[in-house]
Amino acid sequence: MNRRGLQAVLVIGLAVLIALPVFAGKYDLDLAAKIMIMAIFAMSLDLLVGIAGMVSLGHAAFFGVGAYALYLLSPEYGAANLIVSLPVAVAAAAVAALIIGLLVLRVSGVYFIMVTLAFGEMFYYYATGARWLGGSDGAYIYQRPQIALVDLGKGHAFYFLVLIALAASYMFLHILAHSPFGHALRGIRGNEHRMRSLGFATARYKLIAFVIAGALAGLAGYFDAAQFGVVNPELFGWRLSGAVLMMVILGGMGRVHGAILGAAVLVLLENFLGDLTTHWLLPMGLFIIAAVLLLPRGLADPAAIWRTIRERRVG
Amino acid sequence: MSDPAIFFLIQVLNAVQYGLLLFLVASGLTLIFGIMGIINLAHGSFYMLGAYLAFVCADATGSFWLALVIAVPLAFGFGLLLETLLFRFLYARDHLYQVLLTYGLILVFEEGRGLLVGNDVHGVPVPALLNFSIPLTATLSYPAYRLALSAICLVVAGLLYLLIQKTRLGMAIRAGSFNREMVQSLGIDIGMVYRVVFAIGVTLAAFAGMLAAPTTSVFPGMGNQVLIVCFVTVVIGGIGSIKGAFLGAMLIGLVDTFGAVYAPQISGMLVYMLMAAVLIWRPAGLFGRAAAR
Repeated sequence: MNRRGLQAVLVIGLAVLIALPVFAGKYDLDLAAKIMIMAIFAMSLDLLVGIAGMVSLGHAAFFGVGAYALYLLSPEYGAANLIVSLPVAVAAAAVAALIIGLLVLRVSGVYFIMVTLAFGEMFYYYATGARWLGGSDGAYIYQRPQIALVDLGKGHAFYFLVLIALAASYMFLHILAHSPFGHALRGIRGNEHRMRSLGFATARYKLIAFVIAGALAGLAGYFDAAQFGVVNPELFGWRLSGAVLMMVILGGMGRVHGAILGAAVLVLLENFLGDLTTHWLLPMGLFIIAAVLLLPRGLADPAAIWRTIRERRVG
Repeated sequence: MSDPAIFFLIQVLNAVQYGLLLFLVASGLTLIFGIMGIINLAHGSFYMLGAYLAFVCADATGSFWLALVIAVPLAFGFGLLLETLLFRFLYARDHLYQVLLTYGLILVFEEGRGLLVGNDVHGVPVPALLNFSIPLTATLSYPAYRLALSAICLVVAGLLYLLIQKTRLGMAIRAGSFNREMVQSLGIDIGMVYRVVFAIGVTLAAFAGMLAAPTTSVFPGMGNQVLIVCFVTVVIGGIGSIKGAFLGAMLIGLVDTFGAVYAPQISGMLVYMLMAAVLIWRPAGLFGRAAAR
């Protein structure tokens, strides 16, 4: 797709999302909000996987930190202050990403995959045993955050705040990806040795990317906890980390808008299969296996899918 | 010996037993990675499948030993089948896609198990032959099955060493991990070697699950729990190194067992702290090749 076409699609998509509350019911709006939250999460991981070439399998850890931060900042049976709790949750996720990043960035490649998974699960196992976090059952958040005139529990305030966050995250990552910083990350993905010999402090670039991605994942986690009013250790777990990685691949790596598409496809598929059968993980797993074998370049670029099919037929 | 000394001895035995069991699983993982370059998230599922296989077979036949005789060849055949149907398409692909495909495979295995056996927690009775405890003092004793388990694991580890170091197949395996094309041009069917190595890896994990079944309950999440500890083991030992897997597994056995006794508040975190320390001290692992890839 050329740039004009992409811009048109994005503008139309944004218009549809803005107008959606006029003609969609509560169920569809909740679903749309969930997709947007997952899209923020997937975009944050795409910065690591698609642009910087760091395959993290523990990205849910920072999603979980954002979610649990909202739980800890909400008074019992009361609502948290939106203006305070949102930045604190994002900052908490960023700090967690900084600490974990300093450790995991000492390795790369397949080690990086294994170590990020292990540290993600460390958060999971810690939360299952920690009473102050509600243990393995998790905990409830009874009211959505609010401030003065904005109450996320009323009307469409939550939906629109998530939409604003999605648009802002997209703009931010788009600008970042096309900035000198983004180009340096792409260079590191291509050949880290060469970038280092060109004088780039690659370790610092990677750490900054890791912290930014962690902070955005925390933002998504914060919204997830606000939407569903519940936190549990699964939010840190490998299953979510794997699902969000799948969203990135489905959308096509390294294209920020692709992550939105990937999130939409996976959330809708999960929703559809979940309605169909309680054993929805089976078709979901088969779908993922088939997608990996048949769609190596994702869904965001129809021309590439067509090329793959043709190459297969010829080869 | 005094009671505290005996208590200490029991902890050491527990640590060794856990470490050896972990080694069986981790050696399969590291073997598959070292030779075929595949990162396999579904490896923990093989452990879980082994435990459930032991449960189903022991339930049907009434004998744990008979269950082992049936289940081990089944696991090996399952490994051959999986390699042929799926994994051989992954050798040339990026690690990212290997991760995703095996992630999908975990979901399939979990749900498949749920459909076939259900999501209940089961127990497998300790075989009658070993269902006694060895008294150590007036109040302390040690179950014979756990001792036998350690012995079996040691025998398997020894066999694995002999297979890789002393046999023709082992030679082909070692050569294949260095230069696939060269081995092929010498007339060895490398595809077959890979298939067998993969099946051995699956069997090792499943066998560990079968052995563990009588000592722990058989439950749905057991595979993922062991997978994570296995990854930590391999990261500590150095990926692709069987020696490293052995040392890593033993270290984790000791840290986990003694941590649970002397520092119960943080025992769950100790293994990860150990991994963090190794990452800081030797990022490539204790026996890793010079640079972490």
